[in-house]
Amino acid sequence: MTSSDLFLDLRNIRKDFGSFTALRDIHLGIRKGEFVCFLGPSGCGKTTLLRIIAGLDVQTQGEVHQAGRDISTLPPAQRDYGIVFQSYALFPNLTVADNVAYGLVNRKVPKAEAAQRVTELVKLVGLPGSEGKYPAQLSGGQQQRIALARALATSPSLLLLDEPLSALDALERVRLRQEIRALQQNLGVTTIMVTHDQEEAMAVADRIVVMNHGVIEQVGTPHEIYREPASPFVADFVGNVNILPAQVRNGHLCVGDLRLPCEGADRDACIYLRPEDVLARADAATDAHVFEATIEKIEFLGAFCHVHVVSPALAAHKLMVFLSLNFLSEKSLVVGSSLPLRLAPERMRVF
Amino acid sequence: MAAVLPIPAVQAVRQRTHWSDRIAHVALALVALALVAFLAFPLLAILQQALEGDKGEFVGLRNFISYAQTPALLESLWNSVWVSMAVTLITVPLAFVFAYALARSCMPFKALFRGITLIPLLAPSLLAAISLIYWFGNQGVLKAWLTSMGISQIYGATGVVVAECFAVFPHVLMILVTALSLSDARLYEVADAMGTSARRKFMTITVPGAKYGLISAALVSFTLVITDFGIPKVIGGNFNMLATDIFKLVIGQQDFSRGAVVAILLLTPAVLTFAVDGYISRRQTAMLTARAIPYVPKPSRGYDALMTAFCCLIAFLVLAMLGMAVFASFASFWPYNLTPSLRHYTMGLVDAEVSVGFINSLKMAAGTAFFGTILVFCGAYLLEKTKGANGLRGMVRLLAMLPMAVPGLVLGLGYIFFFNAPSNPLNGLYHTMALLTLCTIVHFYTTGHLTAVTALKALDGEFEAVSASLKVPFYKTFWRVTLPICTPAMVDIARYFFINAMTTISAVVFLYSPDTKVASIAILNLDEAGEIGAAAAMAVLIGLVSTVATLVFMSLAWWVNRRTQAWRK
Repeated sequence: MTSSDLFLDLRNIRKDFGSFTALRDIHLGIRKGEFVCFLGPSGCGKTTLLRIIAGLDVQTQGEVHQAGRDISTLPPAQRDYGIVFQSYALFPNLTVADNVAYGLVNRKVPKAEAAQRVTELVKLVGLPGSEGKYPAQLSGGQQQRIALARALATSPSLLLLDEPLSALDALERVRLRQEIRALQQNLGVTTIMVTHDQEEAMAVADRIVVMNHGVIEQVGTPHEIYREPASPFVADFVGNVNILPAQVRNGHLCVGDLRLPCEGADRDACIYLRPEDVLARADAATDAHVFEATIEKIEFLGAFCHVHVVSPALAAHKLMVFLSLNFLSEKSLVVGSSLPLRLAPERMRVF
Repeated sequence: MAAVLPIPAVQAVRQRTHWSDRIAHVALALVALALVAFLAFPLLAILQQALEGDKGEFVGLRNFISYAQTPALLESLWNSVWVSMAVTLITVPLAFVFAYALARSCMPFKALFRGITLIPLLAPSLLAAISLIYWFGNQGVLKAWLTSMGISQIYGATGVVVAECFAVFPHVLMILVTALSLSDARLYEVADAMGTSARRKFMTITVPGAKYGLISAALVSFTLVITDFGIPKVIGGNFNMLATDIFKLVIGQQDFSRGAVVAILLLTPAVLTFAVDGYISRRQTAMLTARAIPYVPKPSRGYDALMTAFCCLIAFLVLAMLGMAVFASFASFWPYNLTPSLRHYTMGLVDAEVSVGFINSLKMAAGTAFFGTILVFCGAYLLEKTKGANGLRGMVRLLAMLPMAVPGLVLGLGYIFFFNAPSNPLNGLYHTMALLTLCTIVHFYTTGHLTAVTALKALDGEFEAVSASLKVPFYKTFWRVTLPICTPAMVDIARYFFINAMTTISAVVFLYSPDTKVASIAILNLDEAGEIGAAAAMAVLIGLVSTVATLVFMSLAWWVNRRTQAWRK
């Protein structure tokens, strides 16, 4: 990817608040039409980065280029984006139509044309006929849809979403994120969404930018982020993970009694292993790395259960595995039962 | 080993300023200019005056030392301090019980009780002093009671303390009601669940919860009394206090340097109050979370009856105080002929030409309400909702809070020093209605400012960001969104300005000319001339005008609500 292909290019962004460094060494390129999520725990700098792109906060250092134009020092009004906030920020004393038309009126769009655009947008976000209502008469999800319509009204080339779903209830959140994704693909608008919800990020994003303590930990597709986390933080933050302390000795990774092939010099290491990657169907006699484990606790979650196991083979370490309810009943497994488990070296990440 | 290279100091990126932001900066600079010219400079003029000798030479602290060597003046200082403390010690406990009854009992007629105690705010504070003269003065109805208690006359410390208690009570009550309304019912439920006694609940939950309100109320009471001018003037007799001293030194003896020294003394408790109050309000916010469940009192017959009896007593005293002034203002010839007549009203309005004063008062109050509300609201908006020009912003924020710490007398004195100086280009304003109005706006600026800030903070902080992203300049959003949403708060601010402009004495007593004398000052002059009946009549009239104004503002608020707040559910 050369820099000329990039729609949005962040170069060496740094942000200091007094002596606190909120962001540093941020290099990031975003292609046209991409849906990118900034994901990280609260205080990781993801919202600050979004606000720098919007010009609402000013970076201490670094450059922002959008569509080949250096916008590093431009005030928000001279940039080209639409923005949606967690709080909706709808003007409460204006009707839905006036809210959506807010940016159009200022561009001297003829009245009839503006009205037509409003109708079109309100329909696009799935709320036709709500033009005359006030925001207070709408539910949270409906208000956020109107905020989205308002942000899209002036056809910006970039859409910024600052935790747009966080204030909504669980069902509405899932529904609206699907709609936002469909809408984005439909319009082809380059979109950045800030979220702390990894499931949300994985469900909608083309690429995820995982951030922590003001730096980018990893940039990749949801699949890459989940399957090939680049750092212990990413492995731990995205999805569930078992962390097993281990040693690398003479080309082998040693954990408890188990020996797994591993390259590299002798050192202490940690194995990061997802619960679903501990395989329970270890039937074939040829399977390696099989060990016998005892169920210590079953956390019932519905179709799947978190099963906590211990095994002499793993010394003192405990392991959580992800087993289906059907499997548990089929094998009549209860607390205290033992079962064979297999570690899959190809699914492990060693740090 | 890689050597650690020192990071070169890099200039932080600065965003270019959009033209619409420049407009905001210019507007903010204008607000700052107004506050500097009409607040900061007059105050500095006092400081300068206090450090200068007769010929304008710098004398350091000599004026302060000579003040400290004048026994008569030191006595005033002591008088002011002990009277203010006495009033505070009487008023705060009484107001606390009253507020407790309002917030924590099932007493009937709460709105009525509260309304009665707030009436004194509608008239100049000296109305209480005038009433006292009718009750206990030399020809007072209950003069005998006073002598039987061993007090020879009401003029002096006794009169000042009693009258100030009435004048200060509503202010203290408002603070304490607010403090006691902020309560978390769950704390009491938890205490009940653990079988806590009523006394222990009171001492461990109620009092700590209202602690800051109590401190704040005590400070406000002390400051109001020590800086009040009208009451000591009317009923103080030969009992000298700081506020009356200033007047005598400046108007009587033209001793500006000592006047300035006393002004600085008066400024001290107020500045202290301001500092402590600021500290408290920062602490207070952390006390109560947004999730608190408000306390709902449960009926309890004995306790409720006791509270009702107490409130009846206080309300009766307030009404007796007010009623006497009204009654006496209609009496033909006190105390010999009590048949009702409008003699005092004609006397005041026609013979003493207070009608002109009323017209002036109304002009000033209208001007204060109109221009004051615009200035305060725009100032608060620019502070809260625009960005950039941070140095200027800090200065305006400080200047907006400062008037709370400046007694009216001190501000008025500063205006004399500053605007009366022939070298001042604004000298032409001296003695004009415009200056009286400006002085009153500045005097009551902080309360209006805080009301506006509260209203603005309730708005979503991202409106401006959304507008900028839609390329709508801030002033359009101000006009289409912010202003319509905040109109109820603006009506509140305007009403506050209007009522205070009608009743204020201290800020304008130094500034009027025969042409611009306002009604509240005219009352002082009538009292000085011995026309106490007419003075009472005019004070009652001011109260009446304020009441009518309040009703007008309330209906305006109702109308505005219907017009602009339709979007609220």
